[in-house]
Amino acid sequence: MSEETPKISVRGLRKSFGEKEVLCGVDFDLQKGNSLVVIGGSGTGKSVLLKCILGLITPDAGEILIDGINILKLPPFERTRKTRQIGMLFQGAALFDSLKVWENIAFRLIYGDRKSSASARAAALERLAQVGLPPEVANLSPAELSGGMQKRVALARAIAAEPKILFFDEPTTGLDPITADVINRLIVDRVKAVGASAISITHDMVSARKIADEIAMLHKGRIIWRGPADEINSSGNPYVDQFVNGRAEGPIKMALKNA
Amino acid sequence: METLNPAAQFGRAAIALLAEIGAISLFALRGAFAWVSGPFYTREFISAAIRIGFNSLPVVGLTAVFTGAALALNIYDGSARFNAETFLPQILAVSIVRELGPGFAALMVAGRSSSGMAAELGAMRVSDQIDAMSTLAVDPFKFLISPRILATTIMLPFIVLVADLIGILGGWAVAVYALGFEGATYIRNIDSFLTTEDVTSGLIKAGVFGFLISVMGCYYGYKSRGGAQGVGGATRSAVVASAVAILASNYIMTSLFVDF
Repeated sequence: MSEETPKISVRGLRKSFGEKEVLCGVDFDLQKGNSLVVIGGSGTGKSVLLKCILGLITPDAGEILIDGINILKLPPFERTRKTRQIGMLFQGAALFDSLKVWENIAFRLIYGDRKSSASARAAALERLAQVGLPPEVANLSPAELSGGMQKRVALARAIAAEPKILFFDEPTTGLDPITADVINRLIVDRVKAVGASAISITHDMVSARKIADEIAMLHKGRIIWRGPADEINSSGNPYVDQFVNGRAEGPIKMALKNA
Repeated sequence: METLNPAAQFGRAAIALLAEIGAISLFALRGAFAWVSGPFYTREFISAAIRIGFNSLPVVGLTAVFTGAALALNIYDGSARFNAETFLPQILAVSIVRELGPGFAALMVAGRSSSGMAAELGAMRVSDQIDAMSTLAVDPFKFLISPRILATTIMLPFIVLVADLIGILGGWAVAVYALGFEGATYIRNIDSFLTTEDVTSGLIKAGVFGFLISVMGCYYGYKSRGGAQGVGGATRSAVVASAVAILASNYIMTSLFVDF
């Protein structure tokens, strides 16, 4: 590991919902410019982990450090300033259906950074081209787009303000293999172009291998394995092997209830 | 066994109710003042004001004209029993301006806008749009909640003013065309009888009702969980809670106003 302060460090993160403990002491570091993919079955707390870092959920215990500063100890205003550098691609795209495509992409520029409508629109059209969509799409409403196109627009929106950190929640779930590959390539391409550090959560192993520098596996609220993406097939960990090869038999018993 | 104890059940329900009222109060405070530290989203405010205020006028107007008309018949019939029919215009005007105008208008807006807000915000919540907004450096309380609360609170007195006029007009039509009153006298009687306090007390009520309607609509929408069913539940809760809040606060405010 380098001497540099990690972009994000998570230490002993815990979160319970009622009786159910979803995160039971998660630890990891994300170095600058690295892409970490967190794999794990449904309901293992992957989304909760990202929402804790984003400040959408308050964890019960633990530390979350961005640039070496524990954001949980910061007053709300300072904390928001830290989490503002995170862009996120949501699983269901989460586009604002009352706004046009270009207004979605420019949302942060217009309403968050208070840029003029004309310059925000120009920036939005540029982002639209970067995710491979023609300018005609700009004036459509999100409901008129296919699932794959919605994901592209959501990606364009997430990178619009050139965030230093990017989160991807199940970026390829529900897409056909070809569209999924397009999205994977766009993610790799855009993360490099913006020079961002990225955390993705997925259970799509094809996607994980393509976008990861490193892979970590979350199981029962803990990170049980972590290593470079090309070592995922020779991890020697029975849990990881079962997951990577998609076998019903093995040490992992799938939870019935969603987190 | 504890769950079968009626006292324990009652206690638990009471605690849950108090906790809910506390949560709604905190939400209302945050929603009402989030815009103070800026930015204030003027476009959202204006679009909410048009949606809630202007677009409610037809339904509120219809409610008011029929209420005024029916009220005229009832007052005439009732007061005839002690030969007091001539006071119909005054009784009708006071009833509408102080009680029925604000009450009916608020209940109609509650049915229309409180449910609309709960459904819209609920759908945004369950499709992650509210979380997405936070990650785009825009505070949902400033962008979604404050404009709706301010717009409803400011617009409802205007809606009630229109409802008052139309309600009195409905009573006028029945009085003149069915009950044989003289049109100009009817208006003159109301004009010399009504006090400013009669009207303003109704408008103050309207502002409070507007606040309650929007807080309930926003609260239940913002907190909704679990897909279409959750959004449906949020809509229902918003309308029921608004109606109860309107009627309860109406009694409290009336008891304060009639004392002065």
